[in-house]
Amino acid sequence: MARIRSDSRSELDLVAILCLAPSLLYVLAMFVYPFLYGIYISLQPKKRDAGIFSNYVAFFNDAYQYNTIKTTFMLALPTTVAVVLVALFLAYGMRRGIWFERTITTILVLPISLGVVFLSEGILGFYGHNGWLNQLLLAAGLIQNPLELTHNSIGVTFSLFMQNFPFCFLMLLGYISGIDPSLESSARMLGAGPWTIFRRVMFPLIAPGLIIAFALVFVMSFAVFPSAVMVGQPAGSTRTISIAAYQQAFEQYDMSYASAIAVIMGLCQLAALVVIVLVRRRMTIATTMGVGKR
Amino acid sequence: MRPSRAYAGRGMADSIDKLQMSITKRYGGKVVLDHFPLEVGGREFVTFLGPSGCGKSTALGIIAGLVPPSDGEIHLNGRRIDDVSPEKRGFGMVFQNYALFPHLTVFGNVAFGLSLQKRPSAEIEQRVRDMLGLVRLAGYEDRYPGQLSGGQQQRVAIARALELHPRLMLFDEPLSNLDAKLRVEMRAEIKQLHAQLGLTSIYVTHDQAEALSLSDRIVVLREGVLMQVGTPQEIHDRPKNVFVADFMGFRNFLDVTLGKEAGGMIDAGFKGQILQARARDSFRPGEHAVLAIRPEDVRLGKSGDGVNVLRGKVELVEYLGREQEAEIALNGDARLWVRSHEKLVLGEMLDLTLPADKFVLLRRE
Repeated sequence: MARIRSDSRSELDLVAILCLAPSLLYVLAMFVYPFLYGIYISLQPKKRDAGIFSNYVAFFNDAYQYNTIKTTFMLALPTTVAVVLVALFLAYGMRRGIWFERTITTILVLPISLGVVFLSEGILGFYGHNGWLNQLLLAAGLIQNPLELTHNSIGVTFSLFMQNFPFCFLMLLGYISGIDPSLESSARMLGAGPWTIFRRVMFPLIAPGLIIAFALVFVMSFAVFPSAVMVGQPAGSTRTISIAAYQQAFEQYDMSYASAIAVIMGLCQLAALVVIVLVRRRMTIATTMGVGKR
Repeated sequence: MRPSRAYAGRGMADSIDKLQMSITKRYGGKVVLDHFPLEVGGREFVTFLGPSGCGKSTALGIIAGLVPPSDGEIHLNGRRIDDVSPEKRGFGMVFQNYALFPHLTVFGNVAFGLSLQKRPSAEIEQRVRDMLGLVRLAGYEDRYPGQLSGGQQQRVAIARALELHPRLMLFDEPLSNLDAKLRVEMRAEIKQLHAQLGLTSIYVTHDQAEALSLSDRIVVLREGVLMQVGTPQEIHDRPKNVFVADFMGFRNFLDVTLGKEAGGMIDAGFKGQILQARARDSFRPGEHAVLAIRPEDVRLGKSGDGVNVLRGKVELVEYLGREQEAEIALNGDARLWVRSHEKLVLGEMLDLTLPADKFVLLRRE
């Protein structure tokens, strides 16, 4: 078997191509083609006489537009850090199983099944200006004026956290509980306390998975749209880049400019991924040499 | 054997004088260890032997401190230690799956404990190199565990535990992941290290050959209950019950009814025939008992005086290389396993002699 493989390495393996075909077709039809088409549209500005890059030039010359990158970044980054840290803390605590583990996991993961709109409605109802939380705190006399937790970046952060946490938690829980428990035992026998075990044994082994989780949560948060509209302040502090693209497409009816913004958004996500993957490679060069998951 | 440099200057005095315990462990309602008593002296090599699920690894985990006992106490040199956390007990442990840190090099693994103690790096460097020399892994410092063979990984694991000069070494089936040839080699290496360093050791295994070859004393366990404690020779030659005998390779168990005793010998009725065995205390005439004998102790042919001769037909032959082991059908439904250098032929009728002094008389369970 191995011999056949090495002999025909230079040739194209027909069976392999056939097996790959469905997924290749899917990627081509659902990702590559729309993406390239989007780039193509973005290069054909609405104004006939403008240059092909005029949409991009316009975006980066307009503070109202290019600031959306910063706005989105400032929403996505803190949310991602919070999601990853809380998920790491909980998943690490649950790595050897706890009482009612299934129930707790279900509760933690439930938001994933609810959908963003429902979640945002819930946030409005609970954390909103006249929401339960404010009514409770007012009634208890703990605050004089309602806390403004929605229709600003705090609300969007809440919403993003709830959307992305379950996914990150499940991913890390699987990753961490896959680490051989006898590594911890052997570290203890060598004199390591719980904190040392985490710092010197477990964290280096979790880090590769943690970084991947971080990357995925970041990219998902960067694309935030519904919650930025519903629980954010889409005209102001939470005017994310996806809202900018939406406005061009469905308020200004400039599909070309909208596509250009979407492409810029994609490039931002790609840039973030590249940076994260480079960091990962540097950090885990040693680990990947020897480990492999058992 | 010259004491190695890795241990030079500290003699062998750090080893413990005495470990005493009596512990019970329950998981849910199930009793895994039932008042398991143990006493280990300084520099002794004690083995817990038993089939999987007998509680031997749990007992080791309790001694290590990794598993909390449900009941009972552990005393080390007269001091109670069951409330001391494992990282403070100063024991070394070697695990079945090696449990090396995959993100650290061989050097990093062996240096792990020393670096936690914040020793000067020159000292760490020197001690790790000496230790790697001791386990014959000099030159492997910069490799990662994933780049080593199973035997090498286990030697790193042993070096890592020895490096801290543990008062007590715990081995949890360290050889069972290795192939047969390597297992025998590593067994000899562990034996040599023990002889060289004089470390008090507790070793868990389900392999009777390992237990016999390594131990000063063997503790046989069954379902959390201690079955027998003794030197390898005692366990091998004079098992106290059917379970231990079975584990030690007595493949033949004859249900007998005891008869009269005379001159140190006792009559045992077996399928209408009278066999003779060496008498033991506390067995009385008329009692039902078991006579155990190893296949290799059964002799082919008739003995001179015609005592203890059975006749049967060869039913099954297993080829073992130098020898063959065969199942012989006796009259009735009884079966007897025989081991022989001679070629045994299927269907052949044979006379077998069961030497009276090779029988072990056991109580029926």
